[in-house]
Amino acid sequence: MSPAIRIAGVTKRFRSLQALAGVDLEVAQGEFFGLLGPNGAGKTTLISSLAGLARPDSGTLEVMGHDVVRDYRAARLALGVVPQELVFDPFFNVREMLRIQSGYFGIRNNDDWIDEILHHLDLTEKASSNMRMLSGGMKRRALVAQALVHRPPVIVLDEPTAGVDVELRHGLWQFIRKLNQDGHTIVLTTHYLEEAESLCGRIAMLKAGRIVALDTTANLLQRFASHTLQLRLAQPVVLPSVLEACVLSRDGLQWTLGFDNFDEVGQLLAGLKSAGAEIVDMALGKPDLEQVFVGVMNQN
Amino acid sequence: MEGFKTLLYKECLRFWKVGFQTVLSPVLNAVLYLLIFGHVLEDHVQPFPGVNYTAFLVPGLVMMTVLQNAFANSSSSLIQSKITGNIVFVLLPPISYREFYSAYVLAAVLRGSLCGIGVLLAALPFAHLPFAEPLWIVAFALVGGAFLASLGVIAGIWADKFDQLAAFQNFLIMPLTMLSGVFYSIHSLPGFWQGVSHFNPFFFMIDGFRYGFFGVSDVSPWASLGVVTVCFVVLAALTLQMLARGYKLRA
Repeated sequence: MSPAIRIAGVTKRFRSLQALAGVDLEVAQGEFFGLLGPNGAGKTTLISSLAGLARPDSGTLEVMGHDVVRDYRAARLALGVVPQELVFDPFFNVREMLRIQSGYFGIRNNDDWIDEILHHLDLTEKASSNMRMLSGGMKRRALVAQALVHRPPVIVLDEPTAGVDVELRHGLWQFIRKLNQDGHTIVLTTHYLEEAESLCGRIAMLKAGRIVALDTTANLLQRFASHTLQLRLAQPVVLPSVLEACVLSRDGLQWTLGFDNFDEVGQLLAGLKSAGAEIVDMALGKPDLEQVFVGVMNQN
Repeated sequence: MEGFKTLLYKECLRFWKVGFQTVLSPVLNAVLYLLIFGHVLEDHVQPFPGVNYTAFLVPGLVMMTVLQNAFANSSSSLIQSKITGNIVFVLLPPISYREFYSAYVLAAVLRGSLCGIGVLLAALPFAHLPFAEPLWIVAFALVGGAFLASLGVIAGIWADKFDQLAAFQNFLIMPLTMLSGVFYSIHSLPGFWQGVSHFNPFFFMIDGFRYGFFGVSDVSPWASLGVVTVCFVVLAALTLQMLARGYKLRA
């Protein structure tokens, strides 16, 4: 079985900017995959290259085994892209736009599927509304609907929840999760790391056009993040050097200490007590992707 | 093929939804030209023997309307899509660059023709038009419209802002159409300017189109059709080359 996405040795330069500096990546069919990185890391360029919107200087990209240049028709039929920008055609209403998009992909009489998408994305009542009349969140969902009209096996969402309120975001993820459970491969870029952590089985992190981390979400959390003990102290104290190494951050009397397993908590508290620290408030934190992200970006 | 048909349908629906601006307004403009110039010059100018000035003016205005609107349709649609970003909806699907080109050009020719027919119908009560060689009328409208539609595709892709497109329209398309013999026969010009007119492809489009109405022209219609067809083929090849390379569309 060919991977959903295969990217090999892809480079792309925009004048003096090396947007992609040799990217190799495979995403298996059925995966929920996260593509993370700071602004300008090359995520959108990589997605654009996959979708045929940009042409790489070197390397190859395949979608479901189809080369995006040589076999572009099959590759594009297999791919649905939700663009980052809130773009729409102001001449048409939602249903017209979805019918037109279906036609672009060679599908006529697609109304049954269009109705189903509109229902799942809570857009049924807006089907006859002009795109200009929709709120930002609705426009975003209409973009998702456009990417799905041809039932692509691979769906790429480029920051789909930017500007979407919490309730709509949850509804959107519920639908995307269902698509993934139905067998669609999902590739997601987002700046909301908690979303990526809860949704993605595997994650790649890009920096300056290179992949600097690629692993399952669980492995990344294990390798790069630790449990945390968040403390508020009554007064400043000087810690012994053994404990000092555990301090992740310090903001006045608000301290965060890291540890790998819960056996260490007792030692930490004992050490704090012997140093004369008086604890006013305390909370335990789980390892999270934000720590991983910061750690990986600082390492590279 | 379905992608091409849908893109063609979308482009037609787009201009039809704003028909006051894209169809009725150009027709009204041309009819105003006809009324004003016809009224002022009717008794002073007889361009061809037996053809009065108002009748002479009608084919020129019809063709000018066809050409300007064919250009306006493809160029404005493309630049709007580029600037608003919705061009991605056409670039993401499996539509080939040839289908892309054909859909934009055909939709533009349809709009140009619709506007031209509108002007013709509005002008009929004012002038006697013999329709001497109707096939020439159709041939020049189609090839001329396709030429301007291709030019519109180039301008729409090349321009990064509306200002640049307006410059293209005002400094190239408008002077070439105005100086193409819409309002006069080139035999009324001094020798030098008659020669210069032969470097203007718009002159051959107007002259050949007018031949279809009166069976009289400044240049043989075969020569005019040859010039216009060669210009169209060269421009079409250039446009297809731009699209194949993804110039300003695919980074």
